[in-house]
Amino acid sequence: MGYHSVVCVKQVPDTANITGEAMKADGTVNRAALPTVFNPDDLHALEAALDIRERFGGAVTAVSMGPLAAAEVLRECLCRGADRAILINDRRAAASDTLATSYILSRAVTKIGSFDLIFCGRQAIDGDTAQVGPQLAEKLGIAQVTYTERLLELHDGAARVRRSVGNGWEVLDVRLPMLLTILDTANRPRPSAARRVMRFKRARTAGEVKREVEASQPGASPGDRECEYAAGLESLKMRGLLIEQWDLDDIRAELQWCGISGSPTKVYRVQSIVLTKEGFKEVQATEEGIRTMVHELIVEHTLS
Amino acid sequence: MANFFKDNEDIQFLFEHLDLREIATAQEDGFVGHEGTGAGEAPTDADDAVDNYRRILAIVGDLAANTVAPAAEAVDHEGNRLNDDGTVTLNADMRNSLKALAQADLMGFTLPRRFGGLNCPNLVYAMAIEIISRADASLMNIFGLQGIAETINAFADPTIKDEYLPRFARGELTGAMALTEPDAGSDLQSVSLRAWQDTDGCWRLNGVKRFITNGCGDVVLTLARSEPELKDGRGLSLFLAERGPRLKVRRLENKLGLHGSPTCELVYDDVPAKLIGERQLGLIRYVVSLMNGARIGVAAQALGIAEAAFRVARKYAHSRRQFGVAIERLPAVAEMIVEMRIAIEAARALVYETSRFCDLEQNNHRVLEIDPPTDADELKRRKNDARTYKRLNGLLTPMCKYYASEMSMRVANDALQVLGGSGYMKDYPIERHLRDARITNIYEGTSQLQIVAAVRGVCGGAFEKFVDELETREYLDKDLHALKTALAAGRVSVAAGIAFVKAQGGDYMDLYGRKLVDGAAAVLVGHLLLRQAAANDRKRLVARRFIHTHLPTLERDMTLLRSGDRSVLAEFAQFAPAIS
Repeated sequence: MGYHSVVCVKQVPDTANITGEAMKADGTVNRAALPTVFNPDDLHALEAALDIRERFGGAVTAVSMGPLAAAEVLRECLCRGADRAILINDRRAAASDTLATSYILSRAVTKIGSFDLIFCGRQAIDGDTAQVGPQLAEKLGIAQVTYTERLLELHDGAARVRRSVGNGWEVLDVRLPMLLTILDTANRPRPSAARRVMRFKRARTAGEVKREVEASQPGASPGDRECEYAAGLESLKMRGLLIEQWDLDDIRAELQWCGISGSPTKVYRVQSIVLTKEGFKEVQATEEGIRTMVHELIVEHTLS
Repeated sequence: MANFFKDNEDIQFLFEHLDLREIATAQEDGFVGHEGTGAGEAPTDADDAVDNYRRILAIVGDLAANTVAPAAEAVDHEGNRLNDDGTVTLNADMRNSLKALAQADLMGFTLPRRFGGLNCPNLVYAMAIEIISRADASLMNIFGLQGIAETINAFADPTIKDEYLPRFARGELTGAMALTEPDAGSDLQSVSLRAWQDTDGCWRLNGVKRFITNGCGDVVLTLARSEPELKDGRGLSLFLAERGPRLKVRRLENKLGLHGSPTCELVYDDVPAKLIGERQLGLIRYVVSLMNGARIGVAAQALGIAEAAFRVARKYAHSRRQFGVAIERLPAVAEMIVEMRIAIEAARALVYETSRFCDLEQNNHRVLEIDPPTDADELKRRKNDARTYKRLNGLLTPMCKYYASEMSMRVANDALQVLGGSGYMKDYPIERHLRDARITNIYEGTSQLQIVAAVRGVCGGAFEKFVDELETREYLDKDLHALKTALAAGRVSVAAGIAFVKAQGGDYMDLYGRKLVDGAAAVLVGHLLLRQAAANDRKRLVARRFIHTHLPTLERDMTLLRSGDRSVLAEFAQFAPAIS
């Protein structure tokens, strides 16, 4: 038998390659200066799901909540092997914190319907909260295993999972359906497959089609544009290249739990810390040189 | 994320400069029937195809940098293991890299899409081989053996193609080409492994093959003597044998370098085999074709090794301080660094140009075979092109293999020199690059044999015809025009050398073959760099330096050649006293 896996993925600013312009003067993130990437841990979540499909059969559905640009990570999911991709996109979802996000994702998973496993990355490199996965499991009322290192067994509606507990590991037996958050040590994500890339580089969401039509025919009448848009959607659908795009109404989300109104998180303070380098000091690799350095570090309270 | 395609500015430049759209159009038969489909993988137009190539190379570059390269040292250290039952267990990192290449659909690089391949041109494949070789040259020996599947595609029966090619493309099978025997190395005409037909008409192979790269692979294309009464190349046919109890690895060679690549001695004990194509064409047609591709593969491998070695040396020269400065500021080191970089760019220009002509030749050939034009003029033009490409590739293929492999040795050697004592230690990867580079001017035909082949093209008109074409390019820029004039003078010297050699007879041509080929290569590469210079300011400096440093060497070599000095042959016994 096969397993239906849902993988939650996120497009994040590439915080591993931050430049000086990463933050604006007011302390907010300057998104324009940061290239976006596939959240690294989520690649491991996708790999875990693809691996299960390879071993037991089934299907993999990738879901992302985000702006239209987040379609890029969904295309990458398709290129790496996902069967289906869904973008949750709605202005009313903007400024959602982890609670609102997990609520919205729970509505999306409910609309997807039957599933056996949900995979999330351990955490995202922008917020680093590691909260969305566990909250999503709670909202769906299913079991969860965080910090998963390995899925050891899977049969008869149950899984045996090894999870990290920091200085060791524990093995859990869990009933399906369940949610797992995956560590980056769990597996090696497979590369994009060239043949899928040649195919799915053309995959688009409805929102992207609309934008492309507007950009390519600035002077056209609204009616003509509408025609063009509908034809574009139909063509993508026929070719299996339409990335589904759902808004909050599609997933029947209650607006009070979405966006700002659904987000109790309050930002207390944002600090913009600029690290400056004041030259360097050469330390002689001698007993004397190292003793002097250690002494200085103690005086400066770097060492205590 | 590190990426060996995206971080290589010269490959990036050539990717644009060489205009892959022309090759893509030929490769995809003008995109006829692709329009408006866009459902599958088939590109709809030239830009779409080139976009695919770029994306594919980005995947190659990602894997090379992040999966293959980090494991290269361990692979070199651990090598592979021969088991008691005559099978080989590949190194775990090597298996992991091969799995990733298969997952990325890269093991059917040039195969047609109907077999699950990517239908990439040879030029793009050469770039991929270079990128992989920079990460680990020994992995290239399996990744770069896709010519085996290519040979099956070009010459085997449809049933054999259908049976094997999709599995090659999925990476389920790897191949080997078994040509060399203990007594048949450079001289393949003397291959003696026997092919005979049993009472059911099934071919059986019996004998020994030696030095077989990836001989432990699943499919071994084997050159064997099917006509015992014919003692030369016309008695040889090509067979497909599969790994099994009757085909055993007797020995795994203990080599200087390329430790990740299993080099096997194979024992055939009446192994059942399938005939590829027709009898008697094994060597003279199929293997010759197979080796042409393989030689470009080795040339690209040599480029990758040189690139890897150069980058280590470049970084070291920048950070290592002696006499109060970074050693890159010391003139002797600065010269080595600059010469290395120019040598790599020069060889890359030649190798990529050769691949490009191979693509033009193969695609033209395919059209003539499958769908010859009905228009008489068009047919005539294509047939004319076929002759031109064939002669040109007969010159360029051995030339680029010789040129790039010699360059790779020189660059790896100098790179080690830049690191000094540290380079001699195993702490740095340079010694591995030097060991790995050393095979490139030996296998797939030694440098000496490449010269024998290339000098025929240099003296037989192909060189002059190509230079004629290169010289039609006009440079409005004064400096570039002056460089072109200098190259024209070099060409005249080579032409005088050719005329002199021709008047002297056969052994004189072989005696001075290297100098002739060096001279011809300098002129051709000079022109290629000049074309690049017209498109890029930095390349102006590269072209100028290349031409200024190579023309004096060319003149010196031609002076010696025209002296008529035969002492090496005439006084061999005195120079090298006889051994008892």
